[in-house]
Amino acid sequence: MNKYTEDDLKKELETKEYAYGFYTDIEADKFAAGLNEEVVRAISSKKNEPQWMTDWRLDAFRLWEKMEEPEWANVTYNKPKFNEISYYSAPKQKPKLDSLDEVDPELLDTFKKLGISIDEQKRLSNVAVDIVMDSVSVATTFKKTLGEKGIIFCPISEAIQEHPELVKKYLGSIVPKTDNFYAALNSAVFSDGSFCYIPKGVHCPMELSTYFRINEGGTGQFERTLVIADEGSFVSYLEGCTAPQRDENQLHAAVVELIALDNAEIKYSTVQNWYPGDKEGKGGVFNFVTKRGLCETNAKISWTQVETGSAVTWKYPSCILKGDNSVGEFYSIAVTNHFQQADTGTKMIHIGKNTKSTIISKGISAGKSQNSYRGLVRIGSKADNARNFSQCDSLLMGNNCGAHTFPYIEVKNKSAKIEHEATTSKIGEDQLFYCNQRGISTEKAIALIVNGFSKDVLNKLPMEFAVEAQKLLEISLEGSVG
Amino acid sequence: MDLKEKLISSFLAFENTSAADAGIHQIRTAAFHDFEQKGFPTRKDEEWKYTSLKEVLNHDYQILTKNNTSDIDLNDVRKYFIHEIDTYKLIFVNGVYNSLLSSATHDGMDICVMSSAISKPKYKMVVDYYFNKIVNKNLHFANLNTSFTKEGAFINIPKNVVVSKPIEIIYFNTGEDAELMLQPRNLVVVGENSHVQIIERHQSVKENSVLTNTLTEIFAHKRAIVDFYKIQNDLDSASLIDNTFVSQQKESIVSINTFSFGGKFTRNNLEFYQEDERITSNLNGFSLIGKDQFVDHHTLVHHKKPNCESHEMYKGMFFENSTGVFNGKIIVDREAQKTNAFQQNNNMLIDDGASINTKPQLEIFADDVKCSHGCTIGQLDEKAIFYLRSRGIPEKEAKALMLYAFGNDVIEKIKIPELKERITRIIAKKLNVDLSLEV
Repeated sequence: MNKYTEDDLKKELETKEYAYGFYTDIEADKFAAGLNEEVVRAISSKKNEPQWMTDWRLDAFRLWEKMEEPEWANVTYNKPKFNEISYYSAPKQKPKLDSLDEVDPELLDTFKKLGISIDEQKRLSNVAVDIVMDSVSVATTFKKTLGEKGIIFCPISEAIQEHPELVKKYLGSIVPKTDNFYAALNSAVFSDGSFCYIPKGVHCPMELSTYFRINEGGTGQFERTLVIADEGSFVSYLEGCTAPQRDENQLHAAVVELIALDNAEIKYSTVQNWYPGDKEGKGGVFNFVTKRGLCETNAKISWTQVETGSAVTWKYPSCILKGDNSVGEFYSIAVTNHFQQADTGTKMIHIGKNTKSTIISKGISAGKSQNSYRGLVRIGSKADNARNFSQCDSLLMGNNCGAHTFPYIEVKNKSAKIEHEATTSKIGEDQLFYCNQRGISTEKAIALIVNGFSKDVLNKLPMEFAVEAQKLLEISLEGSVG
Repeated sequence: MDLKEKLISSFLAFENTSAADAGIHQIRTAAFHDFEQKGFPTRKDEEWKYTSLKEVLNHDYQILTKNNTSDIDLNDVRKYFIHEIDTYKLIFVNGVYNSLLSSATHDGMDICVMSSAISKPKYKMVVDYYFNKIVNKNLHFANLNTSFTKEGAFINIPKNVVVSKPIEIIYFNTGEDAELMLQPRNLVVVGENSHVQIIERHQSVKENSVLTNTLTEIFAHKRAIVDFYKIQNDLDSASLIDNTFVSQQKESIVSINTFSFGGKFTRNNLEFYQEDERITSNLNGFSLIGKDQFVDHHTLVHHKKPNCESHEMYKGMFFENSTGVFNGKIIVDREAQKTNAFQQNNNMLIDDGASINTKPQLEIFADDVKCSHGCTIGQLDEKAIFYLRSRGIPEKEAKALMLYAFGNDVIEKIKIPELKERITRIIAKKLNVDLSLEV
């Protein structure tokens, strides 16, 4: 057997091609490129939205027009031209479907290629899936089973129609329209996304999952996710993303809002695998996402993310720990390769007493990529006994990539306990030597070390996703080597 | 008239009166031009995100220093000297060199003043070669200091010299002007294999508003060893902005130790540039501040070549409503393989109302490196205090002991015993206890 060395691993990482780069030829209903009030109105009317929603969007659009694109992130890219993007693209509208059999076979094919054959998912993994393609939700499974428990899991466009009171109350309450440039843009033009409501005291019996896919060229995807966990409930939510290979840069600007009321718990996991561009850094998705969650008393929000895709990532899933005793967690693996750039991290805002947060961030950079961790831990003056532990580790492979850490820590309360540590390293020769001399082959040793490096985070993923994430990382882990 | 306008109008007068070489004139004018364009930083600048200058700049400072020596009573200021040991002394009063109190030398090395260095042809080569070469031109206050370069310490140690006694540089402010802005400029060049210890201090004798914007350039040649101590224990009426730039050659070891106890507002910009291999840079900081005080440490270590090390350790203790800022940046260039860079920032918030903003920042472009940073914010261990009290040590003393132990990692880096004792005494006074520790 050939010896598997770090160089091989490096090569493997460098030459690994994007497996999800196919394009499905489905007739799409697409708006002409450009953005103005008319387009916003058109999106709204296309969705049959009530007047309050249209006004909400227009308000966001007007705010967006006055805003400037942020430049503080440690990434460089050609700014998207907002007038050359089509803001609405939907697979040609079908009459409302009752069962999957009626879904366009080509669409089903796409899902098969994605490895999320809806049928299979339904039977085997017990995961309810909502699939969003080019900004429009095309299929939601398991609706009935969930409905029995009173759980609402549907496209957000449907929620606007059927549960306006919930949407009205919570939409934009965590990420206001004015929050940032891309959040404002999203508020104005979002076409669909998932909506989820878990009633009081309900433990959601299955993982809820959304798959996002950009299919059509020259479009942007702007989806909006709203998850509300009422008092004492629990939900685990998964999100996966892919896009076809294209030479141009596509824009993805999503907003995710989580609300965990008293004693509720939300676990939100993401495997982000948008098309990262080719080896020369051409094409790829710009991923500018705003994700934020609010914890009321005793609530807990946990973000887990595996970031392998996108040409440029700009993403900071955050927790506002408003209630006493609330808990925020952030686990992240970000892998960048070729010319990818990732500026990602989290914000933990401690407001309530006895709040706790944990941040574990692992960055792996290869090729000519740049990987940044940017985080904020803020302890307000009333947040007595707040506790934070942060760890950000970077692994560099090769000499052309970079790893950056920008942790901000602001403490205004004397009873806070904060620990932050960061390390940067490569797979040490001494570590390999140690393993070797214990009879572990280099190949296994590398697998062991990389596995150990990212295990803290992989462990936090739900089972099905963990498997996919490991595949995505394309790093041989336990059992798959040797 | 705001301070910037005042500086602009003063600059012309300054240029006309201050004697200097043509080259220096040019540098000063260019730097001033930069300052004029950029003005003072605001909180929108990332580097000043947590630091507001509003209070500091809102004074009618006297900008041009007088040319004649001010009177100063030796008895008033003697206590600020490390009088237990013999030292070279460079003493400045209200920005003017005081030759009576000083003990300079030209014997085998130059320990003298900037004003003669920039005007006498004898030093022209040294000044041309080093002056303003490593100053970060993006720093507003560094440019401002450069444009008003006039006086300060000039230390030029040739090859193979171990300077027999430490050099003390002290800037006094006697309160002759109600509000005064001082801009001392120091240049330290240490030749191959040479060794020098320097202690720098800025001290007010009377409570008048003083803003000191000081800049020090340090060049360490091959295998040179430089120990630099900054004692910042000024009166509550004083503000200090310290800019220090260090350029190191092969196998040199430079340690900058900053002890911040006093002053209303203190900002330290400390930047290290490693120009060759096997260099060691040490950055140590100790802050212990109380009511209405503010201390900000901004450090940068730029690793440019392989096989170098940097060790950074900053400890902070914050009482009452004081605020601390720490921003430690480490850059490792692609070429700088086998770098070991360690950074540690530990803070204690003692009272309600104290706050700390810290941002340890790593930017790494090389793969075979070991870099780490750690940052903690915590409190005194109740159990340990209880233990000490159960042994008959009063609460105040117990706390002081704990704090002293917390900061001891930094204190024990001081290589001059008399200075260590002095620092310990300052800490004891600040904590209002008798530590009576053997040092």
